[in-house]
This record gives sequence, C-alpha cells and structure tokens, in this order.
Amino acid sequence: MSRGRDGSGDVLVDESRLIRADLSLGKRLTGLALKWESLLSIIFIATLVLFSILSPVFLDADNLVDATFNFMEKAIIAMPMIFVILCGDIDISVASIIALSSLFMGMASEAGASTPALIGIGLGVGLLAGLLNGLLITRLDIPAIAVTLGSMSLFRGISNAVLGDKAYTKYPEDFGFLGQGYVLGIPVQVLVFAAVAAIAAVVLNATVFGRYAYAIGNNKTAARFSGVPVQDVRLAIFAATGLLSGLAGILLTSRIGSTRPNIASGWELDVITTVVLGGVAITGGKGNVAGVIIAAFLLGYMKFGMGVLNVPGKVMNIITGALLVVAILLPRAVESLRRRALLRKTGA
Amino acid sequence: MKRLLKRRESILLISLVALGLLVSIRARGFLGFENLDSILNDTCALIMGSLGQFMVILVGGIDLSVESVMAFTGMAAALANQAMPGIPAWLYLPAGAAMGAILGAGSGALVAFGKLPPIIATLGTMSIYRGIVFVMSNGAWVTTHEMSPGFLSIPSTPILGVSSMIWIAVLAVAAAAVLMRRTSSGREVYAYGGNKTAALFAGVSERKVSMLIFVASGILSGIVGVLWVSRYGMAHSETASGFNMQTVAACVLGGVSMSGGSGTVTGVVLGALFFGVINNALTVVNFSPFYQMAIQGFVILFAIVSNTLIDRRNQMKLAARRLI
Repeated sequence: MSRGRDGSGDVLVDESRLIRADLSLGKRLTGLALKWESLLSIIFIATLVLFSILSPVFLDADNLVDATFNFMEKAIIAMPMIFVILCGDIDISVASIIALSSLFMGMASEAGASTPALIGIGLGVGLLAGLLNGLLITRLDIPAIAVTLGSMSLFRGISNAVLGDKAYTKYPEDFGFLGQGYVLGIPVQVLVFAAVAAIAAVVLNATVFGRYAYAIGNNKTAARFSGVPVQDVRLAIFAATGLLSGLAGILLTSRIGSTRPNIASGWELDVITTVVLGGVAITGGKGNVAGVIIAAFLLGYMKFGMGVLNVPGKVMNIITGALLVVAILLPRAVESLRRRALLRKTGA
Repeated sequence: MKRLLKRRESILLISLVALGLLVSIRARGFLGFENLDSILNDTCALIMGSLGQFMVILVGGIDLSVESVMAFTGMAAALANQAMPGIPAWLYLPAGAAMGAILGAGSGALVAFGKLPPIIATLGTMSIYRGIVFVMSNGAWVTTHEMSPGFLSIPSTPILGVSSMIWIAVLAVAAAAVLMRRTSSGREVYAYGGNKTAALFAGVSERKVSMLIFVASGILSGIVGVLWVSRYGMAHSETASGFNMQTVAACVLGGVSMSGGSGTVTGVVLGALFFGVINNALTVVNFSPFYQMAIQGFVILFAIVSNTLIDRRNQMKLAARRLI
C-alpha cells in the first residue's frame, strides 16, 4: 500500500512491530517464513493428491515433467521479480520485454542470424529494456509503476507497430532445443530455471546485495542513511529483471517457434501473482526464494491439473484469484488473533 | 503547490488544443462539431473508468478490477436483456451501478477489513470477477441481434441534442468533482493518500476511506460496463480486456501522483481526453492502428518524465528562495 518514497508512514500504524521487538526479531521472522513455506507446501501436496484422485492421467512422471513447459518461463521472471517487490517496487513491463526481445530475435532470424547470435540479441534487448526502466526510475526518482506502465505500452507497442498482423516464424532448426529440448530426460527450461533460482537464492541470502534489498524494502530512507547505495541496487535489480525477461523471451520464442505481437500477453500479472503467493510482501522487505519456487509449481500444476480435467481457463482464474486472496488473508487473520490474545495477556 | 497543479493542467490543456489544431491541418473537419462529438462519445468510457481509478490511486493504490467489473455488469445486463427484452432500458444503468457498487465493496472489504494492499486485493477480484463472467455466460457471446433495440440505444439516445452517453459522463465528472473537492469524505481521501499516519491521527477512518473509493470505483465501472456493451453491441468474457492500464495511463498523464495524495478530477478528465484525441487523430490521419500502443507508451513516458523535471525545477527554485 505504501509505495511512497519511504515506509515511514507504516511505523506508527503497525502495532505488531512493537510487540515483535520484544521477541527476538530474527527468530520471529524466520519462524514466519518457515510457516508460510510449509503452508504453501501443504497446499501444493494437497493439490497434487486431489488431482491424482480426480484424474487418472495426472500422476504420471512424463506428464508432470512436460507440464513444466507451461510455467518455467514465468517462474524464471519471478526470480528477479522477488528482488523488485522486495525493494517495494514493481515491474509490469516484463511481458512486453518478452515481446520486444522476441521481436528483435525474429528480425535477426529472418536476416539469417545463428542460434548463439539470437541468444545474444534476446538477452541484450532484455538488458537494455531493463536498464531504460531502471534509469528512469532511479535517476529521475519516478515511481516504478508509472515508468513500467509506460514502457509496458511502449515495448509491446513497438512490437505491434513492426509486426502489425504478421508474425516471424523462420527460426534456425537448432534454436528449438532451448525451449523444447531435454538433457538427461530433464527439459532444458527446467535446468535453466534451476540455475536462475540457485543464483537468486545465493544472491538474496548470502551476499551483501541481498541484505541491501531487504534493507531498502524495510525502510528506504534508513537504508540510504546507513550507506546503502539504494539507487544503484534498484537499478541493478531492474536491469536484471530485463535481462531475465529477455531470457524468458528466448525460451518462449524457441518453444513456440514464432513471434507474434501478443506473445506472453498478460504474463506480468501471473508473475506478480506467483511472487506474492510465494510470500513476498508487496509492501517490501519480506520474502524468500523458496516460497516463490513452491508457488510457481503450485500455480503451474494447479493449471495443468484443471486443464486435464477440462476446466476452462477463465474458471481457473476464479480459483487462482481466490487462492491468492485466501492464502494471504489466512496467515494475517491467524496473526491478528494471536496478537489480540497476546495483548490481552500482557494487558492483564 | 496549488498554483503548480493548476499550471500542470493548463499545460495539458494547451497541448490538447495544440494537438487538435495540428491534426486539423492534415485533416479538415477534425475540429468540426461532428468529429468532436464522436471523440467525446468514444472517450466517455475512459473518462468515467479513469475517475474511479483516480480515487484509488489517490491513496497510493491501484484498482486492477475496473475492467472485470465492466465485463461483469456488461454481461449481466446483456444476459438480462436477452432473457427479458421487455425490461425498460433506463433501468439498466442504476442496476449496473448497484451491481458495480457490490463488486467494488468486495474489493474494498478485502482492503478495509482484510488489510490487503489494493494491488493484491484487486489482482484477486480481477480474476474472480472475470471468471464469474465466463461461468455466467457459459463462455458464450451475446451479440447485437440478441439484444433489444431499446438496450442498444442506451448510450446513443439524444437528450437536448447531445447523446445520453455524454450526459452520463458529465454527471459522473460533476459528481466526482463535488465528492473530491466539496465533501469532507473527499478531503479525507486526499488526506489519507498524502500522509496515512497524519490522517489517522486526525481522525480519518482507514476503513471508511477504503470502502468509499472502491465502492465509487465500482459504481463508475458498473455503469461504464453497461454502456460499453450496449454501445458495441457485444458482450463476452474478454470485454474491456486491457482497459485497466488505459485508465491508469489517463491518470498518470493527468498529473495524478502514483504514490498518492495529489491529483485532480480536471487533470484526469484532460488525461483521458488526450488519449481520446490521439486515438481519433490516428484514424483520421490514416495512421496504421498498430502504432497506437507505441504512441500511447511514448506519451506516458514523456508525460511522467517532463512532470518530474518540472516538479524538480520548481522545488529547486523554492529551495533557492528559502536560502536567500
């Protein structure tokens, strides 16, 4: 809610922090995070069990592996999006960056570019797009949602303007391997995601950069006065988000073998839903990689399962929407009940 | 501060007029009554939708459920009309408003009582409401020939020579302006958006503000949904898809701060009109419609960057004056 210049507005309102301060902040937070991830895991396992009962074809190793093709690209973008949201920012241009990188790959491919060149172009365009977002946001100090709203229209608009109602479909034969291939029975996409997730986890948990992200999300002003290079960290995060959206664009283009202007349309909200369901607070400062990975698989397999059962996509929307709201409301309700009980105890 | 806001709106107004004059050099009749009437008719939906969006942005939030509420009330109206063509046409508007109010209250309750940030609450209700539209219609479309002539003429019925669509938009703008400027509830929304802590200490109710803005946004979206479906003679589960971002864009262009607390009804109306004029100009000048989105994106980025630079310069001047 407070996507303002700093989080100071929340301090007096959130009485829970006063209580938490007494009970070793670190322990409380890790406890909470663990609980969130375990809650998600339970929902995840329950979903798998439910669909296995409802459909005989769901619980099949090959099917479950192949189902990952439908959500790995989104899961990859979710990783840098953790950092974006952790800092209290948001990036709604990611799907349009996919469109833009796919557009340039398509143009290069028509001109006869090889697969390595296409990969370079896809990543490069993504990085540049992310840099543009980051520079406008940090150097001019404009709210991220306003900038990425504009670039969302601009990037996809460029794709619309160039392609019109046409599409690029000529890609080199070995390009398809990235989005469709397997290595030792595991889809290349899953391996790429595993690498990205591992890097994200290490950066977030074991580097100064990761600590900076938490600090910025908790209190931007305090972080700045503590010597955190706030704007540089945010710039790097937006650039990384662009780069990985470019990577997702490569995988998606390779998987479907074509570039159309409406490619990946609406994905930004799916990615944000994944990150938020994964326990990253939209107000910033709280979240973890593990939760988001579980959320990505939960949402992915839920959609796959409902697809197997012939549930129409729009009806799935009701369920994912309700899941998002309930999953976030539930722990808050429990927390507020516990807080009330605690207050009564200390008050008496 | 007030003078600065005024100046921002006058800049927007001047560029709007300049744009109109520029286009009319290329295309005669662009500023003629007929074409202006058609621009206004095309932009009414955006104006009303943006007003609802504006109130939510004013508290630093965003309402992603605008387009789903529109699809919901539009489909409900179309289905009702299909089943009972005898319902008097005027009844659809208050019914749409009421339904929109309930849907808006749903999002509002999640924010006010569930303490969810607006973006999360409406991300959820956006999916849920649009899903219900699909269930309601079984995925089918309701098309022009399944609608009664009375229903189809809701937005085009002329009153005193001007279509009812424009009258409704004028009423909505007037109501929003009075609410935001002249009532204590409206001032509370500004206060809450500007500084939450200060507003709470001044006795502003967080719950009241949240419910007010989402119900208001729901009512506006609800009415727009009915008008949209009867104007285009078509209701389906993808109705108004992508409209959310257009409403946010109109607010941003109108000088509404995304971090909350500042912005005016006039600015929002001008912002929406600007997009209406651009879109109309592109067709009039025979520009490919495929360029529309890119130009829209460029305009948004240009507007926010120049707004920021103007703000910064004014602040520097202010600071310099203080130093002396």
